[in-house]
Parts: sequence; C-alpha cells; structure tokens
Amino acid sequence: MTIDLLLFFGLAAVAVGAAIAMLLSRNAVYSALFLILNFATVAVFFLLLGAPFIAMAQVTVYAGAIMVLFLFVIMLLGAEQVLGRHKGGWQRPLAILLALALMVETGYLIFWRSDLVSVIQPAASDYATPQAIGESLFRDYLLPFEVTSVLLLVAMVGVIVLTKEERKKAG
Amino acid sequence: MVPVSYYFALSAILFALGALGVLVRRNAIVVFMSVELMLNAANLLFVAFARSYAALNGQIYVFFVIAVAAAEVAIGLALIVAIFRTKQSIDIDEMSSLKG
Repeated sequence: MTIDLLLFFGLAAVAVGAAIAMLLSRNAVYSALFLILNFATVAVFFLLLGAPFIAMAQVTVYAGAIMVLFLFVIMLLGAEQVLGRHKGGWQRPLAILLALALMVETGYLIFWRSDLVSVIQPAASDYATPQAIGESLFRDYLLPFEVTSVLLLVAMVGVIVLTKEERKKAG
Repeated sequence: MVPVSYYFALSAILFALGALGVLVRRNAIVVFMSVELMLNAANLLFVAFARSYAALNGQIYVFFVIAVAAAEVAIGLALIVAIFRTKQSIDIDEMSSLKG
C-alpha cells in the first residue's frame, strides 16, 4: 500500500521535474535529454500499470528511435540555442495563465467525477501479456495495424521528398 | 494500489506543461518536443484507464499512438530541416511569411 504510493510519488516527481527542466533549459540538447528521462519514467509507470509490452515499445520507439532522431536533427542543424531578440513579452504571461487554467479545469474535473477515485485492483496474472496484446492486435485490430504500415511508408516517402536536395533552383 | 485519479492528475500536469511549452518556447524543435510530451501524457491516461477497467483496448490504442507519433516526428523534423535550409533559423517567430 504505502510502497505503491511512495513509488508513485517518487516517479511522478521525477516525471514532472524532467518536464519542467525540459521547458526551462536554454539548450535544446538538454531539453531532449530531459525528455528522454521523462519518457523513461513514463515507461516505468506503464510497467507499474501492468503493460509490459507498451513499456518496452515506449523505451525502444519513443526514448530510443524518436529521441535519437530529435538529437540528430538538433546537432545536424547546430540549432542548440535560438539566439536573438526577445519580442512579444505579453505572450509568456498569457501562456502561463492559459496553461494554469487548463490544469485547474482538469483538476476540477477529477474531483467532480467521483467514480475516478476508485483504487486500481490487482490485475489477473494473464492481463496484458505480450501474447494477449499480439492476439488482440492481429485479430480485432488487423486492419488498423496494416493501415499503420501504409502510414509509415507514406511518412518515409514524404520525408525523402521533403529533404531531397533540389536538382536545379527554380526549375 | 494507487487510485486512478492520481494518474489523472499526473497526466493533467504533464499535458498542461506540454501545452505551456508549445505556447512559450520559440525554438521549433523544443515546441515539437512539447507536443510529444502531450501525446505521452495522453498515453499514460490511456494505459491507466485500460488497467482500471481491466481492458486491453487502451493499450492497443497507445500502440497506434506511438506508431503515428513516429511518423509524425519524421515528417515534422523533415519540415524543420527544410525550413532551416531556406531561412537559416528555426525560431518560430521568424516563420511569419507564407511565401517561401
């Protein structure tokens, strides 16, 4: 009981701290590394919630592939820091106000909906094993799964077209 | 075990921080990373509710969200590279003209 709560709050502190540090750090490389820490923490949350397959997919795809792509592009462009003049000072307070409003509204929703307070029960031992996920994926969700492969192919072709050097300027 | 509302609160905080990052930061790559943070907060809530209702569907959706996010990141970063080639900057305040 208490160990679960301690684990939750410790991990939540790491996740929120990493997210805040990502927002505050001036260097984009540090932001990416803090985001990787946040993703890893969320992967541990997935493990705690009995989702080992999703947790591993999170680590390999998100914290691995996607963030490596981010770091690669940051270093390719040499755009660690956006330097230069700061204009439009009214944006920052307004943005903080809006984000606070969003957080307060969702918080209000939590306490308004009483059925969310239910404690998560210990799951059955065969809940969400990779085998069960695979069976559901290839039986009930076969069409979306195949459409996803088409989507990834389209994304790959799109990226190649977008980043290809133009042969001749202006035709 | 921990109540679902705790996960809801954590997810709400992470989502609000991501939204704040999108609104405040001017580095396009950091803005993009904030979008990933918001997606991840939604994923956390998906998995928490899937566990709460002892259903698998939420986890399957998270799988698809991760796949779509991978495609989205590839396209978005390619766009950022293309913009950097023409403007030599990824400051989102600089991207104010529609004509290349």
